[in-house]
Amino acid sequence: MPMQAHVIEDLIKEALPDAVIEIRDLAGDGDHYAANITSSAFEGKSRVQQHQMVYKALKGKMGGELHALALQTSAP
Amino acid sequence: MSEVRDWIDNVVKTNDVVLFMKGTPEQPQCGFSGRVTQMLDYLQVPYSGVNVLESDMLRQGIKDYSDWPTVPQLYVKGEFVGGCDIITEMFQSGELKTTIAEKGLIAEEA
Repeated sequence: MPMQAHVIEDLIKEALPDAVIEIRDLAGDGDHYAANITSSAFEGKSRVQQHQMVYKALKGKMGGELHALALQTSAP
Repeated sequence: MSEVRDWIDNVVKTNDVVLFMKGTPEQPQCGFSGRVTQMLDYLQVPYSGVNVLESDMLRQGIKDYSDWPTVPQLYVKGEFVGGCDIITEMFQSGELKTTIAEKGLIAEEA
């Protein structure tokens, strides 16, 4: 089931309010996205922890409703 | 359920480099899994592959084990290193090679 980019963005914003988010729909099918996310919440966290924070923000949708979201995270 | 967890824990701790993936290293059944095998092969890292498609319990179990929602998952010396995105980023920056070489699993300079 496709998921709209703004829904992904809203969920991430809810958990990481200061996040700067750039989402690209890779295949134009609403199912394969790539996201660049910058947030001060990532400071001092490993990459695994940073991605886990994003997955948590997506409330279990990743790997289910959301098939593919390539992530790149960084602290400002 | 904890039986699966114990099994995974044992595999992760008794193999220097292990990749939980869809398909096998010889025949990956997902583009993301295939990409990670190619990077490991390129660096000539010896590793074991575990095909999560062989068991639904394993497929779910590995996600619970690492609190990570997707496969592939790469473990080095008992530690979860990342999924496809992180491994790709580390490969491109040279960090993957350094990390694995530091643990003595490949030669520093091939």
